[in-house]
Amino acid sequence: MTVGIKYKKLDWPLIASYLTLVIIGWLSVFSSVYDPDHAGIFDISQRYGMQFIWIISSLGIAVLILFVVNPKLYNVTAWFIYAISIFFLVAVLVAGVEINGSKSWLMLGPFRFQPAEFSKIATSLALAALMSTYNFQFKSLGALGRIAVTILFPMVMIVLEKETGSALVYAGFIFMLYREGLNGWYLIFGILAILLFLITLSFSSYVAIIFLFIIMVVARALLTRQFIRHGVFLLFYLPLLIFSRRLGELSLFDFLGHWSETAWLALFIAPPVIYHTISAFRQKISHLWYILLCFIVSFAMIFSVDFFFEKVLQDHQRARIENLLGIHVDLKGAGYNVHQSKIAIGSGGFSGKGFLQGTQTKFNFVPEQSTDFIFCTVGEEWGFLGSVFVVFLYCFMIIRIVNLSEKQKDAFARVYGYCLASIIFLHFFVNIGMTIGLMPVIGIPLPFVSYGGSSLWSFTIFLFIFIRLDLERWK
Amino acid sequence: MGVELKKKNILIIGTIVVAVLILLQLVNLQILDNQYKITASNNAFRYDIRYPARGLILDRTGKILAGNVTAYDIMITPFEVTELDTADLCRIFELDICNVRKTLKDYRRNRRKIGYQSMPFVKQISSQQYAVFLEKAYKFPGFSAISRTVRSYPYNAGANLLGYISEVDTSYIRKNPEYKRGDYIGRTGIEQSYEGVLKGEKGYNIFLRDVNNRVKSSFAEGQYDLNAVPGKNIISSIDAELQSYGESLMVNKVGSLVAIEPSSGEILTLVSSPGIDVTKLSTINKYYSELLNDPLKPMFNRAVMSPYPPGSVFKLVNGLVALQEGVLDTLVRYPCSMGFHIGRGVACHAHPSPLSLTGAIMMSCNSYFCYAFRKIMDNPAYPNVAAAFNSWKEKVESLGFGLKLGTDFPSEQAGILPTTGDYDKIHGKNRWSSLSIISLAIGQGEIGTTPLHLANFAAIIANRGFYYTPHIIKGAEDTVINADFSKKHYAKIDVQNFKKLIHGMYLAVNSAPGSGATARIAAVPGLEICGKTGTAQNPHGKDHSVFICFAPKDNPKIAVAAYIENAGFGATWAAPIASLLVEKYLNKKVERKDLEVYILTGNTMINVLK
Repeated sequence: MTVGIKYKKLDWPLIASYLTLVIIGWLSVFSSVYDPDHAGIFDISQRYGMQFIWIISSLGIAVLILFVVNPKLYNVTAWFIYAISIFFLVAVLVAGVEINGSKSWLMLGPFRFQPAEFSKIATSLALAALMSTYNFQFKSLGALGRIAVTILFPMVMIVLEKETGSALVYAGFIFMLYREGLNGWYLIFGILAILLFLITLSFSSYVAIIFLFIIMVVARALLTRQFIRHGVFLLFYLPLLIFSRRLGELSLFDFLGHWSETAWLALFIAPPVIYHTISAFRQKISHLWYILLCFIVSFAMIFSVDFFFEKVLQDHQRARIENLLGIHVDLKGAGYNVHQSKIAIGSGGFSGKGFLQGTQTKFNFVPEQSTDFIFCTVGEEWGFLGSVFVVFLYCFMIIRIVNLSEKQKDAFARVYGYCLASIIFLHFFVNIGMTIGLMPVIGIPLPFVSYGGSSLWSFTIFLFIFIRLDLERWK
Repeated sequence: MGVELKKKNILIIGTIVVAVLILLQLVNLQILDNQYKITASNNAFRYDIRYPARGLILDRTGKILAGNVTAYDIMITPFEVTELDTADLCRIFELDICNVRKTLKDYRRNRRKIGYQSMPFVKQISSQQYAVFLEKAYKFPGFSAISRTVRSYPYNAGANLLGYISEVDTSYIRKNPEYKRGDYIGRTGIEQSYEGVLKGEKGYNIFLRDVNNRVKSSFAEGQYDLNAVPGKNIISSIDAELQSYGESLMVNKVGSLVAIEPSSGEILTLVSSPGIDVTKLSTINKYYSELLNDPLKPMFNRAVMSPYPPGSVFKLVNGLVALQEGVLDTLVRYPCSMGFHIGRGVACHAHPSPLSLTGAIMMSCNSYFCYAFRKIMDNPAYPNVAAAFNSWKEKVESLGFGLKLGTDFPSEQAGILPTTGDYDKIHGKNRWSSLSIISLAIGQGEIGTTPLHLANFAAIIANRGFYYTPHIIKGAEDTVINADFSKKHYAKIDVQNFKKLIHGMYLAVNSAPGSGATARIAAVPGLEICGKTGTAQNPHGKDHSVFICFAPKDNPKIAVAAYIENAGFGATWAAPIASLLVEKYLNKKVERKDLEVYILTGNTMINVLK
């Protein structure tokens, strides 16, 4: 295989979108820390100068990966690389530097680097190696256990570094697992659980129970195919449930003592649930049992959310979630970042204020402007058009990687590709989502765009290994 | 493979759904919701408004009528206000603590909406209060002071003439968006007429804030700041000394005194009495309801707004019209036996009879002008009375009566001049004659003229037949004065007819004692004042005292109209007042001390209040 053939078969659309995002990132970093006294975009005393160095070195690394490193090595050395990354994660806990409340940085001479960024690649390689072994049976308990350990081990280490945000990214592997055979219900239940969690927090357990009840009836209707019957039932029963809380106010029921709203609700929810149980028993439809089980588990969850929220989460995490949901909005405290970020993006309008013209971004209204909140600069200076372009680039990248992965003959490359797509997707969604107030503030960078060597290097390596693996198809 | 492909597609669809969610939120933030754009500019920049100094109003000799002194507005930035000692704050500014508490609570509730804007908290505090505030300012974060200029009035002259300034109200702002809350605007008088010249242009300083809302620095070293442009000065035609003297003459009298320079139409003095006290003018809001409820209506500018019956002064008009129509021979004498006794009849006072035109003017004979008026109305040259009346009306209007003169003084009224239609309505069509309207002969009945009309009429006689629109502006920096003010308006009366009249007016003032002349009290040796008295009957009590005059007879320098409500004969009050004004203007000093004391201490206001 000659260099010439490689050159032609490289996936240029991916590389082009990568370069575009990198350049957008560089300009945005320049804009957000722009200092007229150091106006040169190559001035390395400033972040934009440094970012230029990171970009050049990243391109160097990309070339190395594409043309020098033998792609067969990845599969072979996956576990070795995984081990090294775990070693660094441990090292960071011992000898790391604490910055902004998280102990996740290692000092190497003048440079700092974040092992957590690189362990995503190592974990992906390990998962790919694991799941591409001959005779790998996804459904077997042992396999699932190994997968879980591979993912959870670095995740726990990172949580210990108090980098909860980076740890959360590992949840993205669930998309890859879904593709590789995980039952879709887990995905749905996961999403529903999060939804229920949020509803419980932002409204009350009362509303959450009604929401849950509706889901249950809809699920039952889907299973039994008796849509009209369930529809009519819901139509009449729902108002009853909603007004049940008022019953406690009637003097008629004084003899009962004063029941809480939830107690009244439980009283009215009990009959349909009991009916459902009996019919499940009679008709022996196993899915009805599943519904019941889910209902009970969710019910328990609703009541444990408060506990979890108050006792388990850290103060700042609680504050961030509360803020996202609009509970106790504190514009100068925890809500400050998001509020300022929304102002910055919102003020960009349709076509933006123009390069270097952003007032919100230039004067440090948005903290972490050049790293986690870099999207504000895009939003403010390039407006809706610029923002849409960036969102489009990410979508294009993710979908292209997924499609390319699906074309791989080699399971290793496919799993690795899905890992890459999942991680980019999670970063993209959580990061942009948080800057526009759709997500709580979780400090993870925007791939290829955010300032920072560790982030740029690791995403470059992550992506270009896949591009190189993709080349193997043409052999 | 089918299942996996399906799953792949579900993942892709999921990605697109998320992207669409993000796009929807972006549409919401960047396109639909304007709140963020507003917050953004509030956020980063603080615009400190620089208010311009208002232009000065000078008199014709360069004396300052309305000047500026510095006062301070205390501004509040609700977002920055923390716990504070409200009681202390109220003590400094002499405010009611309950109101302040309520205001502060209001601001606190709306502070997110207000953002980092500053708004006025107390207005126009004095330098002394400002000094006290400065000492304690550290205790009151969120409060700051900006300097404004307020008016000062070195001459106690012309409050109604000058007008006042006050803050614009919301309804005005809605119609005139170039004004913003907290801006001042001229109300009434010169301040209103020349608002555009006087107001100047606001400027601003831009400061940058950082995250914690600390003002970081001047934005771009002030290169985008805008300096305030001070308002331009107005040189008014008013003579400060004369205005001031005129006001002192009018103390305790109700009415008006207007003096015009005939050769230019410039108003030298314009007094409406009682008027607003100049000392109250700069803080007029405090006195506003008091002024509004005063039964003598000091805010009402009688000089341009009050249509009075002109009384005998109007005989001059009829004399002029009769001469012009050719129905009056100056040599023909008409009899008077204590009045004119045809029809309803008009009474007269005792004087020699019969009289020619000159004598009739000099002695103000009612009967003579009734004959003259009938001659005009019953002129065979016209087919009927209505036609004769219209011809009369046309000439009267050419003398400025019954219409707005077009002066630059605000709220000028047109007065009242009847039409044939009015009489058709009263008497029935063609059912009225010269006798039905005979009261017009002596300036009574269906006629109303403002003192400005009368003064302008005096100027027309002085000019022998033309006038310049009376105006109060003499000059302004870089501002073009209305060209109409330098245009002659000709009366439809020939010059020689004026000359015939003037002789009578001269004799009315300057005759020997015992001649029966009505205005001898107005005589000043060497000034050759020509005048005509009037005693206007009115349904509201004692007669109004009226006098118009000009001086000197040749090359007149000043024309005056004095109108004193419920003061009796024209010769008793109006004539002395007008003549003293003329004397003061032409001689720069008053020799007739006894008369001056009599006028200065005299009180006719009690007749009005009765």
